[in-house]
Amino acid sequence: MKELKILAIIAALVGITYYGIEPYAHHIMHPEVKPADFAFSDMKNVDTSLAGNVDNGKVLVEANCIACHSIEKAGHLQIMPNADAAAAYGVVPPDLSSAGRIYDKNYLANFIFDPVSAMHLSHKYPVGGAKAFPMPSYNWMSAQEIMDVVAYLESVSPKVSGKDAHKATYDAACGRCHSMSYAKSEATTPKDAIKAYMGATPPDLSQYIKSRQEHYLHGFINDPQLLLAGTSMPRVGLTEKAQEEVIAYMEETGDSKKAERESLGLWVMLYTFVFAILAYLWKRKIWSEVH
Amino acid sequence: MAEFKQADSLYEWFDQRLGIDKFLKVMMTEYWIPKNINFLWAMGVLLSVMFGILVISGIFLLMYYKPDVNMAFDSVNYTIMQEVGYGWLFRHIHAVGASVVFLIIYIHMFTGIYYGSYKKGREMIWISGMLLFVLFSAEGFSGYMLPWGQMSYWAAYVITEIFGGVPLIGGDLVVWIRGNFYVSDSTLTRFFMLHVLLVPLAIIGAIVLHFYALRFPHVNNEAGEFFDFDKEAEKYLAGDKKNSKVVPFWPVFLSKDFFVLGVFLVFFFYLVFFHYDFAMDPVNFDKADGLKTPAHIYPEWYFLWSYEVLRGFFFEIAGISGKSLGLIAFAVAQGVFFVLPWLDRSPMVKPANQRPYFKYWFWFLMVDLIVLTVYGKLPPTGTNAWIGFASSMTFLILFIALPFITRAEAKKVGGK
Repeated sequence: MKELKILAIIAALVGITYYGIEPYAHHIMHPEVKPADFAFSDMKNVDTSLAGNVDNGKVLVEANCIACHSIEKAGHLQIMPNADAAAAYGVVPPDLSSAGRIYDKNYLANFIFDPVSAMHLSHKYPVGGAKAFPMPSYNWMSAQEIMDVVAYLESVSPKVSGKDAHKATYDAACGRCHSMSYAKSEATTPKDAIKAYMGATPPDLSQYIKSRQEHYLHGFINDPQLLLAGTSMPRVGLTEKAQEEVIAYMEETGDSKKAERESLGLWVMLYTFVFAILAYLWKRKIWSEVH
Repeated sequence: MAEFKQADSLYEWFDQRLGIDKFLKVMMTEYWIPKNINFLWAMGVLLSVMFGILVISGIFLLMYYKPDVNMAFDSVNYTIMQEVGYGWLFRHIHAVGASVVFLIIYIHMFTGIYYGSYKKGREMIWISGMLLFVLFSAEGFSGYMLPWGQMSYWAAYVITEIFGGVPLIGGDLVVWIRGNFYVSDSTLTRFFMLHVLLVPLAIIGAIVLHFYALRFPHVNNEAGEFFDFDKEAEKYLAGDKKNSKVVPFWPVFLSKDFFVLGVFLVFFFYLVFFHYDFAMDPVNFDKADGLKTPAHIYPEWYFLWSYEVLRGFFFEIAGISGKSLGLIAFAVAQGVFFVLPWLDRSPMVKPANQRPYFKYWFWFLMVDLIVLTVYGKLPPTGTNAWIGFASSMTFLILFIALPFITRAEAKKVGGK
């Protein structure tokens, strides 16, 4: 009984200290921000309730988008190598094959209408400022036309699932700017070009699942400005599912032994638990002779 | 030379040459430990086991680690964590073990303070133990630099910078420690050497001294009672085990320790596999970058209390800068526990709760150390800075007051 009392006192002292230096300190150093908003409800320029017409969308895309964007799944191949594309636009323009799958519909529609406000980058590209975002606003299009474009992009998106989807989504959403050396993945925009375009080399994401962790990434990818005000990383507008695929890929790359760790952990704890019981029985036997 | 007769067994052959029988008696079966103890007396064995676990896991890590600023980070986070079979396990055991070993050291140390096990002949046990604390601190600090993450780099930067406050030679001293004007490859390589060679050797030496120092004054007991160990041992050997106040180290004492060890290991492996962030700070999974200061720099949790004493003095007093005052207070904090046996002027060797004045001092110290630890991590701004200052002052005042408190106590209890 007395030993349990001592244990309780030690547990209380250790518990208070732990609370102070971990959960409490973490809470002070990283205050909570607004939760992630996967409806992107701040944008209302386009009436997304309109049903899009795929055929009309195809015509609009071929007239307006493929001069700069490839859509490999629809047969529009990239017209120049990455280095040349980066030199022309600042950054390699994204292939739109998976745009309809990975980007939220509301985000995508409003992005076409006005990219800079959708990305929350007006601090970097102020109206009338020296720098202009490489893609123009399509605010002259009607809401119906924009929804036609969105419908077309959704129709060409390939269906992928499982680990293939993790990598495909990462490559499409992050891989033009970020490298991930532990996955042997290098940013498609050449290093010097992306540094000039972003103002700094975007970080290698190999260990971001560990250094930033899931909770932070969940909020950060959804809206970087909330957690890192002033960053030149755009809000990319991934759906919740696509964002989870990206985070899953970062985990497969940066914490590849997680499953092994968690299954082995239970066995090791069980083993030491059995050891503790045997040790207790032996101790009882030995001490019965001296008490 | 003694006459050797033909040995009848392999055991006897070795016994003739190495005195195994005698050795085992002295070290194990007739090494006497008081019977009146609780599980806190198992911390020494826990620490020995933890040291063993750290050495073994460290040897495995050493096979793949590269002490070079361009390779260190990836050798840890890619090669060891992802490529080498069970490399992640050894790294987790090593990193979490290094943190948990300090938890046990602190429990061991404050058990010693609580039960008065540092005085009346036990001074050398205490001093060798404090020496081990300092050496483990050096080992922990040098090891934390090796993964070459952001916190490795900036903690190393801040801590080596502290030596710049030493009068006259400060600036040169910092350069001498770093091997460069800033924390660099030469710093990493020399701390690697300290971590895997010099400090472990010193630790092994200090452990031997610590164990040896226990032999003459003997282990203290829960009541602080002094008795004749030889007489009690005779009683035990004569078969009166129940009335003897001692038990042999093997198997009686260790049987209890093994149980405590078992419970502890369940907890330890829970941390290793499922709850390791406290020992492997997320910030340290960003590679070291001397041009990018992290928003918050803090040392590992076990250094927080002394770190807070260092930065608690943030303003000038009587013409002495806050930095110098902090450094002086920090130096005092590092050394003051060594002289505890002489600051405690009361002859009582009793658990703190049976000592009329010391018990208040003890619990005050515990509370103050917890406050220092927590505020050592929080950003030192606004009220936090003042709480840091107050708790740092309290720490110093507690030790200045100790001789007076214990002298009054000695008077009250009449020298008992």
